[in-house]
Amino acid sequence: MRTGRSWAWSFVAPALLILGLYLVYPTLATIYTSFLDRGSVHWVGLENYGYAFTSPAMLTAFRNNLLWLFLFTAATVGLGLMLAVLTDRVRYEAVAKSVIFLPMAVSFVGAGVVWKFVYAYNPPGASQIGLLNQIVVALGGQPVGWLLERPWMNNIALIVVGVWIWTGFAMVILSAAYKGIPRDLKEAARVDGAGEWQLFWRVSLPYIQSTLAVVTTTMLINVLKVFDIVYVMTNGNFGTEVVANRMYKEMFQFRNFGRASAVAVVLFLAIVPLMLLNIRRFRQQEVER
Amino acid sequence: MEREGAPPLVHLVLVLVCLAWVLPTLGLLVSSVRPAADVASSGWWTVFRNPLDLTQYTLANYRQVLYQNGMAQAFVNSFIVTVPATLIPMLIAAFAAFAFAWFTFPGRDALFLMVVGLLVVPLQMTLIPVLRIYNSLGLSGTFLGIWLAHAGYGLPFAVYLLRNFFGSLPSDLFESAYIDGASPLTAFFRLALPLSVPALASLGIFQFLWVWNDLLVSLIYLGGSPSVAPLTLRLSSLVGSLGQNWHLLTAAAFVAMVVPVAVFFALQRYFVRGILAGAVKG
Repeated sequence: MRTGRSWAWSFVAPALLILGLYLVYPTLATIYTSFLDRGSVHWVGLENYGYAFTSPAMLTAFRNNLLWLFLFTAATVGLGLMLAVLTDRVRYEAVAKSVIFLPMAVSFVGAGVVWKFVYAYNPPGASQIGLLNQIVVALGGQPVGWLLERPWMNNIALIVVGVWIWTGFAMVILSAAYKGIPRDLKEAARVDGAGEWQLFWRVSLPYIQSTLAVVTTTMLINVLKVFDIVYVMTNGNFGTEVVANRMYKEMFQFRNFGRASAVAVVLFLAIVPLMLLNIRRFRQQEVER
Repeated sequence: MEREGAPPLVHLVLVLVCLAWVLPTLGLLVSSVRPAADVASSGWWTVFRNPLDLTQYTLANYRQVLYQNGMAQAFVNSFIVTVPATLIPMLIAAFAAFAFAWFTFPGRDALFLMVVGLLVVPLQMTLIPVLRIYNSLGLSGTFLGIWLAHAGYGLPFAVYLLRNFFGSLPSDLFESAYIDGASPLTAFFRLALPLSVPALASLGIFQFLWVWNDLLVSLIYLGGSPSVAPLTLRLSSLVGSLGQNWHLLTAAAFVAMVVPVAVFFALQRYFVRGILAGAVKG
């Protein structure tokens, strides 16, 4: 468009200024701070990284983030895909989708309280006020301290909350892609004698695979940054620590800015490949535009 | 249509999933209107034995939570934080997105790639330096500080979404406006913005919910000041201090949820459109 450059710069300048101040400069400054001591006075080289990769608390956090990575991503994408396909076949599609999508509107803090109440535990014999233990007791079992039982049960209990929140997001996107599959394609496959399963695996799935990749990437990014749920429900106690919560603790509880920065950089490094993927995908789209 | 032929198993699975999704929130709602003693001694589902027995319901929990536990103040604070933190980045992003879509200037593509890259930078990477700047400028614990922070963190997504939308408008439109002597500013305010109402609406809802529901940013930049704390921050500190007082916690959680849920139900369509515009391409 034939406009002066000064116009262009005055349009983008406020955005660039704010992005620079709140994202670009702080990112560089955090990398620098990660090589300094707790008060950012002396240079300590890689000491903070030594801590970030070897301390027991961080190792627990890495283990849990990995667990989140697999279970959360598999569950949200898998369930989201299943629900996208199933809701497409019923008349109450809109209602079912709203119900499953609704937790996206609720804050993680709110969701944390909702689920803390679901997981509430009373000793055997006492009446249970948590839904999940009531079900267990009604089935003849012993009540379980869902948020206490380490190392797996409490982590899985937290991951369930994340899945409850994010499955609707995956479903909405996958559903849009699924509905975009040309009807002729499905008809042709049916005429050729494909059953519903074959249709799904051979036609639908390949057709929506790029959307599936987008959803999976989004979920992976979410997982790495998971913070609120853990902060509210267990604050990382009982072996449920995650990297992002650890960073917060190093920063505010222990006031060690060097270590906190190193932990943040580790988190960032884990996300960089996804960031590059994001940029590459964007460039491909631009070519196809 | 395929809809007629769904096998019973499909219905069964869907109904079970919907129940699993709705029961936790239902339990929260029911508990929030039960007297303290009842909440502590029996499960919320027991009210359904005689759902019409109105003596088992009370609003006392809400009264206490709002006026003694500071949720009323936090509710007001959430609005004070959220409205400007939604509008500021939308306006700034719209200007930039328009330039990225329709102006040519050196470095345009590289700068936009940077925006795409910044989409995924974890907030945690930025907290310490920004907090330091805030402390030296006296911005921590102020609404101005939190508005600007949310503006910064919301910008990459906002610029990305709007640039895609502006880019899809027909170029003849702007060509003929310029032939008629319109300035870029006129083209932006008279043509681009009015035509983008759907995109702006979905972006607005997105940013509104994001800011309203945020905990981390408020925790860092507003942390120690209850007088400016929004709902999420207040609620999370109640979780620590009220412990097992479920009658209060459930009421407080519901107070924090009521606005985003209302926004969600009223504007669900735009919200979904925003998500799809931001993510489904490719």
